[in-house]
Amino acid sequence: MYALRAKLIYYMKTFFTALFVLILTGITLNAQETFPVNGAHDERANFYFLTNGTIHINPDEIVENASLVIRNGKIVSVTSETSVPDGAIVKDLDGKHVYPSFIELSTTYGIPAATMKGPRPSKQEFSSGKKGAFSWNESLIPEYDASTEFDHDEKAAAALRKIGFGTVLTHRDNGIVQGSGVLTTLQNDRPHKTILNPRASSHLAFSKAKTYQSPPSSQMGMIALLRQFYLNAEWYEMAGKNETTNLSLAAWRNLKNLPQFFAVRNKLEVLRAARIAQEYNNVYIIRGTGDEYQRAAEIAQTGMPLIIPVNYPKAYDVEDPLDGDLVSLAQMKHWEWAPKNLAVLAEHNIPFAITSDLLDDKKQFLTHVRKAIQYGLDEKSAMHALTTTPAQWLGEEDRLGQLKEGFLANFLITDQPIFESGAKILENWIQGVPDVIQSPDSDLADQKFDFTLDHASFEATINRKANKITLVSPDSTKLEGTVREELDRITFLIKTKSGDYLRLLGYRSENGDIKGTYQDGSGDQKSFQAVLQEKESSDKKPAKDSMEVITPMTYPFTAYGRPALPDQRTVVIENATVWTNTDRGIRTNTDVLIQDGKIAKVGNVRAPSDAIHIDGTDMHLTPGIIDEHSHIAINNGVNEGTLASSAAVRIGDVLNSEDINIYRQLAGGVTTSQLLHGSANPIGGQSALIKLRWGAPPEDLKFEGADPFIKFALGENVKQSNWGEQNTVRFPQTRMGVEQVLEDHFTRALEYGDKKDRGIPYRKDLEMETLLEILNGERFITCHSYVQSEINMLMHLAERYDFRVNTFTHILEGYKVADKMKEHGVAGSTFSDWWAYKYEVIDAIPYNAAIMHDVGVLTALNSDDAEMARRLNTEAAKTIKYGGLTEEEALKLVTLNPAKMLHIDDRVGSIEKGKDGDVVLWNAHPLSIVASAQKVFIDGRLYFDREKNAKEEEAIAQERNRLIQAMIRVKKGGSPTQKAERTPEEEYHCDD
Amino acid sequence: MNYIALRIISPRRISLGISVLFLVLFLLIPGQVSFAQDPPSPSQSESITLRGGTIHIGNGEIIENGHLLFDKGKINYVGDEAQDAERIIDVSGQHIYPGLIAPNTDIGLVEISAVRATRDFQEVGQYNPHVRALIAYNTDSRIIPTLRSNGILLSEVTPRGGIISGQSSLVQLDAWNWEDASVQDTAGIHLNWPSVYTYDSKNRRLKTSDKYEENVRSIEKYFQSAMAYGKRKDHANTNLRFQALSDVISANHPVFVHANNQKAMLDAIDWSERLGIRIVLTGAQDSWKIAETLAQKEIPVILASTQRLPGHTDTDITQPFQTPAQLEAAGVLWCFSHEGSWDQRNLPFQGGQAVGFGLDPEKAIQALTLSTARILGIDKRYGSLEAGKSATIVISDGDILDPKSSMILQAFIDGREVDLDNKQKKLYRKFAEKYGVLK
Repeated sequence: MYALRAKLIYYMKTFFTALFVLILTGITLNAQETFPVNGAHDERANFYFLTNGTIHINPDEIVENASLVIRNGKIVSVTSETSVPDGAIVKDLDGKHVYPSFIELSTTYGIPAATMKGPRPSKQEFSSGKKGAFSWNESLIPEYDASTEFDHDEKAAAALRKIGFGTVLTHRDNGIVQGSGVLTTLQNDRPHKTILNPRASSHLAFSKAKTYQSPPSSQMGMIALLRQFYLNAEWYEMAGKNETTNLSLAAWRNLKNLPQFFAVRNKLEVLRAARIAQEYNNVYIIRGTGDEYQRAAEIAQTGMPLIIPVNYPKAYDVEDPLDGDLVSLAQMKHWEWAPKNLAVLAEHNIPFAITSDLLDDKKQFLTHVRKAIQYGLDEKSAMHALTTTPAQWLGEEDRLGQLKEGFLANFLITDQPIFESGAKILENWIQGVPDVIQSPDSDLADQKFDFTLDHASFEATINRKANKITLVSPDSTKLEGTVREELDRITFLIKTKSGDYLRLLGYRSENGDIKGTYQDGSGDQKSFQAVLQEKESSDKKPAKDSMEVITPMTYPFTAYGRPALPDQRTVVIENATVWTNTDRGIRTNTDVLIQDGKIAKVGNVRAPSDAIHIDGTDMHLTPGIIDEHSHIAINNGVNEGTLASSAAVRIGDVLNSEDINIYRQLAGGVTTSQLLHGSANPIGGQSALIKLRWGAPPEDLKFEGADPFIKFALGENVKQSNWGEQNTVRFPQTRMGVEQVLEDHFTRALEYGDKKDRGIPYRKDLEMETLLEILNGERFITCHSYVQSEINMLMHLAERYDFRVNTFTHILEGYKVADKMKEHGVAGSTFSDWWAYKYEVIDAIPYNAAIMHDVGVLTALNSDDAEMARRLNTEAAKTIKYGGLTEEEALKLVTLNPAKMLHIDDRVGSIEKGKDGDVVLWNAHPLSIVASAQKVFIDGRLYFDREKNAKEEEAIAQERNRLIQAMIRVKKGGSPTQKAERTPEEEYHCDD
Repeated sequence: MNYIALRIISPRRISLGISVLFLVLFLLIPGQVSFAQDPPSPSQSESITLRGGTIHIGNGEIIENGHLLFDKGKINYVGDEAQDAERIIDVSGQHIYPGLIAPNTDIGLVEISAVRATRDFQEVGQYNPHVRALIAYNTDSRIIPTLRSNGILLSEVTPRGGIISGQSSLVQLDAWNWEDASVQDTAGIHLNWPSVYTYDSKNRRLKTSDKYEENVRSIEKYFQSAMAYGKRKDHANTNLRFQALSDVISANHPVFVHANNQKAMLDAIDWSERLGIRIVLTGAQDSWKIAETLAQKEIPVILASTQRLPGHTDTDITQPFQTPAQLEAAGVLWCFSHEGSWDQRNLPFQGGQAVGFGLDPEKAIQALTLSTARILGIDKRYGSLEAGKSATIVISDGDILDPKSSMILQAFIDGREVDLDNKQKKLYRKFAEKYGVLK
């Protein structure tokens, strides 16, 4: 009975092998309905009965000793019946495991990449180079239909099949709105057969298309462009199509109801994409990058599903003590944490799929997924993330992702449960057609046999990798030979002691033994057999140890990050010299009580019992410093410096809560900063006002309820005077032109507002909405400016439009028109002493602040510089030297006065009851050059403490050392490493 | 279509364009033509005693309530005994310092950095040892008086760019012309050490440079060639560059090696030992990491501005402020510097900042005066208030290291009382008077 079965199986194997040969030689067996056929039709049902397997219908339903019946590329049934249906080909799975093939959601498989077209223009280019009635911006390409370019790419398909994928959603990665994606199987066949849905999805990304067109130049510009695109598309469908033809906007109609896939580059971008989705009631399925654990709670709150890669970084090569310094603690920590990412996301109940995208070496895919499991991801979640979850997101849950009746016959056969270490994918069947990934018989390696060569006994050891066999007789005679396998034939060539070669030909039987015949040196035919010794215990595979990361989680995930935000406590600072910035002046030996984040009392305080006491003896307490002009904490561009107006862009969209300069500036006593758009265009972008809450996520940095501001700019930067020859074509190139740009935009805004007021249908325009807010006194201008003519111009222009400029920033010639500024009611926020770096600052003087102040202009000093912001107190002190301000007046230039300019003086800027607990305790006179901030509170929370900082610095050094040791051990253990490298911090000024 | 047309511009049009540009700039910049500077002061005509101030010698010492006599441009006496003189200036309650020295600057080589026509600090090419800063030094720069009025009276004027930028010169900041200004025609050669890192802008990655070693070797080869050239007197083909480099080295002027990274500095020291060249590390932002080595090998340091961010996210947030105290503690010969031209007036405040982070105040003064003079090779004449040295003196109402109190009342260069007025003060008076807010 057994022999019969073995024989049957033997013949079946042979048949299968023959079948594969047919398939792999590229004969397309499945003709298309509409195609003419050369010769007789050759339709095949591919009717199989795969029996005796462990069938994983889905992660929650597993049947053992079951059979899978497939026909015409689909699953007929999963059954425990053992009778073979008539006409079915039988395959014995021999207890192997069957899983649904994986579904890849993030790939560009089979689609040609976009390329730059034509020569690079010598001048800045504003318009689209694409011919036809399409979008004005080449990065908005909803009309792109990936199926029109898709074709089967066997090399890429084979690589994906090998790691378990059967179906992929593929798209072209080009632009912000990228068009539609194709759902296809990876079967080696014509796209006619493999495409399951030619327009399955819509794809988006924070990524500029391959184009020379200048806008957008920044991520915030991309966000504004996308938001406006949604509005335009809506308008086009309602009314616009009657006025104009726009094939891009028209195309969106077919895309908007498809699943929306959004690719980002880090965890903060996940949050950014999610904000856009929420604004327009979309769901984005966001392709992340593997660092989402660093902001998991915030990402969970968005509710957006994620597609997550398993691209764990290699250890850095830090053996060289000098070069190793290049690598940052954040990078080293990420190396340790990355495999835990999926487990963290699962803990936070974030829905996710797993992708092989972004993985340099795709062969590592399963190993990396298993590593995630070792780090705490449960196996079921992993399997869902590879099968049912992506199927569901694609709306394909009725035919993909499980092994059920009517589903596509896309499945894997593995020798062990797939997440076991060392488990192999043996076959990957797609649409009922098998692809052999790895022959199950090829595991001859490391096996030992009792070998009989014509009655002589040996112990044989096969080394499969080297294709060698060693025979050792009981008397220690050693023979060596080579091994060759083809199909199921095994041949050995063994050299005898006499120098003859024995040529052995055998077949492996089901129990692993090898039997056959050989010819000896004289050509005689003899028999041999190799009986497999006790199989090396299969439980020698490494135990699935759970792995733990050692580095503590911090927010942000960088040096100086903290495990959690500081607590809001009741604090009393005792016996300090308090600079109140009120008519109470500077008060010595005074206590300040902070409760619930607010200043509760200034004077003699009887502290509540739960209060923390801080001795302020010989120390000075001032309000937190407010930087009216800052460019820290911004990601991916501070300027959307392409078109003359970028009023729709918002700095608040691209806050970088990880910028180390937040922490460094806290240490300089700064508690609030206005983050401004750069000065590359007359109408810049919308500002963001933040408190320096180091550790908080981007949205929580924002100063709650603050008035909205916008950056304008005049002079050399907007004229592109110092930008080189490429930038000489944008209007304006003169100060004359600047006025007219503003005039034109405000005129149009008025007309726009008029349309709105009169109820005439209109296209909602984010730029016009912003300008209208200015005209309505709901948004306020901070204008970069230098020379008196332009300052005067803007004040007149504003008056013509019946509003007031809120603040001139830089304003280095403010002293020349201080009286006019006072009359207009505009504030001046300037530098202490900068000049001579460009022509328009040739008349700048360090007495500027003092003159403006003395004339009665509300005056502040700002930084525009991440370094200088750390010492704004001593910048303020310069006004004592240059222009003779009093000490109190000087300090107000960087505290109360900017608070007034920003309309937040009801909250911050002075130390009085009811104001926010944003205070700084200095070790010396706060204007003196030797003063340094010892404790900095925001909202009554101790955000910076110099003593703790010193400990932190030690801890960073220790942590670095530990990780460096760990990385060197990994390298010495033979693992591949990567060269030391680092992404330097982004640092911006106005004209960057 | 437009840009293609615009790209075809004949060379003649370009040169015409440049001429027009120059003409426009010439007319636009009043400093170049429209009005001259106030004249430099004449030689000291009478002996002067400063009576009763706090004298900061510049060598780390201080004399309270001291007396300082100088005549014919030289200091005759510094101490606590009263000195008779033709002119007695009561400076009680005030602070007396040696004139501050700004090393490694662009002063007089650039007026407005964004305007190309006013930039004179960088020549074309990689090896320019023959280029001399002195002859381009513009004594009439509008920036210079604003530096004097903050106590900076001497400066090293330094060429930039390439691998060897050229020769720097030492000038005093109150002169009719560069000959008159020169304190020392050649201070040394400026060498920009090859970068240890390269930046891959596409992927925003800073990596170690694969070319670094090769670049260091080619510098070594260049120096060897130049030094060998200098050993021979007659050359059929004169090489001005080699000649200049070998002359500077034979005259025992230092090579100012601009390097900031630890690896670069260590390699530069090693290189200098191999070639037997005297170097001064300039920039040296990571010098705190190798302070012991610098002290032991007696390598002087011109420290880059300390008003900068740490070079790495993981570095102590106030590291640049702490570096001076660390160098001092290790016994390194070092001094302060500040990049650029106009902002040299903030040079002394770095000293104050360092005091806040552990540096002794008199050591801060020393690192702005005597140490700078020693590193630049003029300490026999300048850098401290000692008998026999030049009467180059600053008088401040308060601590010169603190902007809150630094108020320069008088200054002398080689005994000549210099004008402390400047363009900015004039503009201040003009407009403060207009508004009636002049103080």
